[in-house]
Amino acid sequence: MSEAAANKIPVTVLTGYLGAGKTTLLNRILSENHGKKYAVIVNEFGEIGIDNDLIVGADEEVFEMNNGCVCCTVRGDLVRIIDGLMKRKGKFDAIILETTGLADPAPVAQTFFVDEDVREKTALDAVVTVADAKWLSDRLKDAPEAKNQIAFADVIVLNKTDLVTKPELAEVEARIRAINPYATLHRTERAQVKLSDVLERGAFDLDRILEIEPEFLEDGGHDHDHDDDHDHHGHDHHHDHGHSHGGMKHYHDEDMQSLSLRTDKPIDPTKFMPWLQELVAKDGEKILRSKGILSFKGDDDRYVFQGVHMMLEGDHQRKWKKDEARESRLVFIGRELPEQAIRDGFAKTIA
Amino acid sequence: MKDFNPAPETASIVSVTDRVTKVALGAPATAVHFLGDVAAFIGAEESVTLATGGETNVAAVHAGGILCSASDGKRVVVGGDDGKLTSIDARASVETLATDAKRRWIDNVALHADGAVAWSAGKTAFVRAPKGEEKSLDVPSTVGGLAFAPKGVRLAVAHYNGVTLWFPNMGAKPEFLEWKGSHLGVTFSADNRFLVTTMHESALHGWRLADSRHMRMTGYPARVRSMSWSAGGKFLATSGSDSVILWPFASKDGPMGKEPLMLAPLQAKATVVACNPREEVFAVGYSDGTILMVRIEDGAEILVRRNAGEPVAALAWNARGSLLAFAAEDGDAGLLTL
Repeated sequence: MSEAAANKIPVTVLTGYLGAGKTTLLNRILSENHGKKYAVIVNEFGEIGIDNDLIVGADEEVFEMNNGCVCCTVRGDLVRIIDGLMKRKGKFDAIILETTGLADPAPVAQTFFVDEDVREKTALDAVVTVADAKWLSDRLKDAPEAKNQIAFADVIVLNKTDLVTKPELAEVEARIRAINPYATLHRTERAQVKLSDVLERGAFDLDRILEIEPEFLEDGGHDHDHDDDHDHHGHDHHHDHGHSHGGMKHYHDEDMQSLSLRTDKPIDPTKFMPWLQELVAKDGEKILRSKGILSFKGDDDRYVFQGVHMMLEGDHQRKWKKDEARESRLVFIGRELPEQAIRDGFAKTIA
Repeated sequence: MKDFNPAPETASIVSVTDRVTKVALGAPATAVHFLGDVAAFIGAEESVTLATGGETNVAAVHAGGILCSASDGKRVVVGGDDGKLTSIDARASVETLATDAKRRWIDNVALHADGAVAWSAGKTAFVRAPKGEEKSLDVPSTVGGLAFAPKGVRLAVAHYNGVTLWFPNMGAKPEFLEWKGSHLGVTFSADNRFLVTTMHESALHGWRLADSRHMRMTGYPARVRSMSWSAGGKFLATSGSDSVILWPFASKDGPMGKEPLMLAPLQAKATVVACNPREEVFAVGYSDGTILMVRIEDGAEILVRRNAGEPVAALAWNARGSLLAFAAEDGDAGLLTL
């Protein structure tokens, strides 16, 4: 997959509720001097202040696939636009797709799973969600779209942090983590985030599924370049609110949760695969995203999978390293997840 | 579709590869049309290359990518991502026919034998009669394809969940042929009895126009991107499989309840088909670069291009059926004189 992925054009999906700062971030990406050329798919022309002949207007047409699966929707306009953009192959390095504030990211992601032409030419890189630190908590209460966008994200840019107090910031972060503990979170003012933190993340590249840990427990993949002050950095970024609260506040979101499973016992693939397929076939509408690293009995290769609603893809990734614990881990993010049924079902797949 | 046994690899296949004249395009091509005996190769971006024998003449038609093209044999009309619709004739004279006010992509174009031109941008289809009056029609979703009916000024506009049939010169409400799913390409049979669309799924859908009866044509492993009516209209030849699928349209029920013909099986996907306008023969290009000419009656094959290089992107015959033009995705192109 890596070799093939290298030839594919990466697509970054930029989402976020109205007014969160998507366009600010997009303008930054386009104006910064990075030596790369981006084709941009936007919903509204005219908001982009940069002269770029590779800006395309999209209609966000969500189509149902004729395969009997109700949540199997794709962005029909995206299929057409990517086909058109590929006529200018070589004129750009990557594609950025901005969705409207009210968009559900799932049909976009699913387009990259199901459409043969889109899959052949491009690879979904990451879903980046820009969130407004001041208003997100309110939107999570009244706007299901905002919640979907947080739940779906690989990277969350928590913007406008200068407009809130420290306790308010801790509050909104805790609410984000209650929904999605796995996304990399960056706090920003005026969307001032390092572009390498939002672009070329490879979040949907099976080869790059390394560890599955809640992002706030580890010290995020984005910290590779400053290992030296690891402790200090981690302290500043993740634990400062902890002093006053004696640990991160824990919220339980009423309808959107994440569920993580792990076992150090080997898994029986002949039981696991049918179980997983049946689970997403039955409860796929509730499961926004899923991901897993598996240690199968009698198999020296790590098996990895990921999914969006009812769509799954998986492959053997690489050999387990000698010093690596052969542990299987699964993560589901979704709405009203049947937690006990998932736990019980998974337990039965142990060899 | 039934299984088939691939033809054994034989060195004895009749080959005309030595009769092909190379055409140097120097850039990727996406389509080709004939203007008389001049082949017009449509580039992926900016230009059209007119070729007569090995001689070429490059004309700039757009400022960006070229998204669609159609020809009536006298001119080629091309739509681009610069929001322009332009035409070019055999003498390389280029004319801008329309400019989209919002600089939207011109996604589709169709030409009528009487000189009318139709194009689409987003959800809007436009028609301009030869005398210059322009009319437009908005459909519920982005236009996937356009085709003029062979008789009268009637335009088929394919979109999500069906096809709208529009008589631009009449006040009547457009007719709607409904079928769930996204419809991309669209074509009328030459006798005006059938309408067929290529779908986002790997399938065709058809309607018998007299009674709107549905015809499902499924079983393809990949999306159908190319379809072509055989001379006389007995068959609709299609890409999308590892052989050419020809649906029989000679009887009054069309292909309903019938098996299609499957000709020229290869270990590659057919990417483009073009039927000879005079004989019951078609040319087919594959994803491995092979091009064959095939006689429908007995499936006899003649090799035009070996299996090398990029997938075949374009094929066309001149009106007399005596010249075949082809181009691969990377712009490797040629002309065959029969």
